[in-house]
Amino acid sequence: MSVTYLEAIREAQARALAEDHRVFIYGQDVGKFGGAFKATKNLAEEFPGRVIDAPISEDAIIGLAVGAAIEGLRPIIEMQFADFSTVAFNQIVNQAATLYWRTGVPCPITVRLPFGGTSGSGPFHSQCLEAIYAHYPGLIVMTPATVEDAYSMLLAAVALDDPVIFCEHKLLYYHLKADALPSEALPVGKAALTREGRDLTIVAYSAMVHEALAVAEQLSGEGVEVEVVDLRTIKPIDTDTVVASVARTGRLLVVGESWPWGGVTAEVVARVSEEAFNLLDAPPMRLNAKDTPIPFHPSLWKAHRPTTESIGAAARKLLRL
Amino acid sequence: MVPDGSPWTADSANRAGVERYARAYRYMLQARLLDEKLASLYRAGKIHGGVFLGRGQEALSVSIGLSLRRTDVFAPLIRDLAGRLAFGETPLDAARTALGSALGPMRGRDGNVHRGVPRRGLLPMISHLGAMIAVVNGVLFARRMKGVLDSVGVASIGDGATSTGSFHEALNQAAVERLPLVLVIANNQYAYSTPNERQFACAALVDKAPGYGVRGWSVDGTDLAACLHVLGEAVARARGGEGPQLVEARLLRLCGHGEHDDASYVDPRLKASPLGRDCLEVARQWLWDKEPGMRERLEQWRAEAQQAVEDAVAQAQREAGPDPYKEEWCALASREVAEPFTH
Repeated sequence: MSVTYLEAIREAQARALAEDHRVFIYGQDVGKFGGAFKATKNLAEEFPGRVIDAPISEDAIIGLAVGAAIEGLRPIIEMQFADFSTVAFNQIVNQAATLYWRTGVPCPITVRLPFGGTSGSGPFHSQCLEAIYAHYPGLIVMTPATVEDAYSMLLAAVALDDPVIFCEHKLLYYHLKADALPSEALPVGKAALTREGRDLTIVAYSAMVHEALAVAEQLSGEGVEVEVVDLRTIKPIDTDTVVASVARTGRLLVVGESWPWGGVTAEVVARVSEEAFNLLDAPPMRLNAKDTPIPFHPSLWKAHRPTTESIGAAARKLLRL
Repeated sequence: MVPDGSPWTADSANRAGVERYARAYRYMLQARLLDEKLASLYRAGKIHGGVFLGRGQEALSVSIGLSLRRTDVFAPLIRDLAGRLAFGETPLDAARTALGSALGPMRGRDGNVHRGVPRRGLLPMISHLGAMIAVVNGVLFARRMKGVLDSVGVASIGDGATSTGSFHEALNQAAVERLPLVLVIANNQYAYSTPNERQFACAALVDKAPGYGVRGWSVDGTDLAACLHVLGEAVARARGGEGPQLVEARLLRLCGHGEHDDASYVDPRLKASPLGRDCLEVARQWLWDKEPGMRERLEQWRAEAQQAVEDAVAQAQREAGPDPYKEEWCALASREVAEPFTH
């Protein structure tokens, strides 16, 4: 038996609904239809009245979630695509993210964002918005890279008393598989040392972790050992684990699928430069998508985001290979 | 039954009851006097941030507060001091927030009209006011899920917020879910300086109601009796399971947008029109005419309200503001996962 990343998200929601009567799911097409990606398949039947279709009104969807949270419920919101969450941006960053700070009343909502590029999806169904949400105080931003993390981190998100932006990568939905659902997990906010190495640290998150691992495999054949750190959450960032890795390798490459101005990769480089400059044997590098909207055509799309080729080239440059 | 758009006069107060009218008047008076005090403190430089008055909107506002139960939900707008007081907020909470006392409900983290106590059903507005409607929906939606079926929620907005996408999304959402929402529009003719003709093109905002499948009510916002009646009916129908109700009250803002604004753009013809009459003065005159013994009561009420204002302001002024060195500077309830930024 194996379980996919998408099934793990479905199973986590089923478990949250079963174990906590305060949990409900609200979003477009999440009911009988089971969601655009089937992340809520059969949940409406299994949990009558608790998996509810919403009108195409992202602003009102998040507003309703905030009101329900004030009443003590723990809504899970499915944004059909991360890109559409920009319509709800005001409610997320000004309403949900400020409520606890302003009033002392927690706002435990989980906003699931199916995000990231898939070939053929184009500018409005491919965006990576983790950095823009991480910029705002009052939000936690999760970017699971594995089936196990998709499951355990979604359960953790629902249990947290704060708004969580849960970025689930669409490219991982069907292809990424694990043997079973996990019974334990790292704490929220702790990065994972996914692969050990001595020559170079690649810090990545979400789908880019798998690109980084592929590069590490390639370079291993050339006698270079790459360490891969999976951030898991990008707010908070586990700076300690990153710095500890840089202490071992002396070289840092940070890879992200979102746009290059600012963002997660810039934040990691800034922190390492500030806190561990003397551990670096070479200037830190960062690699992102290109600074354009995300293209539709597969040949353009593949060149837009970091790939094993471009990450490998950056790694070689850092290692002076 | 009140037909939509029917004209209402003070005569209808016979039904509402003189005592209820008088009770409403006292909250209006309390709000007006507290507003005036805050305005004078603002002019004296003793208030940080803005001061926004409810002058001219008290009749509508108090009718919201008195039509709701204390267990209901109220998301006020910036001119709703009368409604807040009638809903149970104290003058002290208002004074503390305006004057920056650390003991106020927002602890200095947010100010003036942004105060609220969510767990008591008084929702603290964000400045993007239309966004509050969906939050009221959410509270009502959650209560229904929990089996609490007798709650009503009022979201209070102005003519300007009807132009926002949030208004459309949330009113439609409430209609789809058939929530007990009463959406009250104080149409005071201006959104900051923008007159209605630059804000919307329909003949009346209440005309929007049928398009959403909700019931619409229109009321003269300068007429306390009419406001009490219409708000009472709208709230009762929402509570009775008839779904969302949209109320448009026509009135004129008798002050600037805030106390920083001299409102020189307000058309003098509007000021001279029936919309421009002062609802507090109209109500006072009605009570004066109603009963021979009212004169003494009116004087006594004013003295009591003024004393309450002075007491609240004096107490808030004695209290310390927030201490930045004791502030946690943590926006998360889950402190264990907060970023440890140190500077």
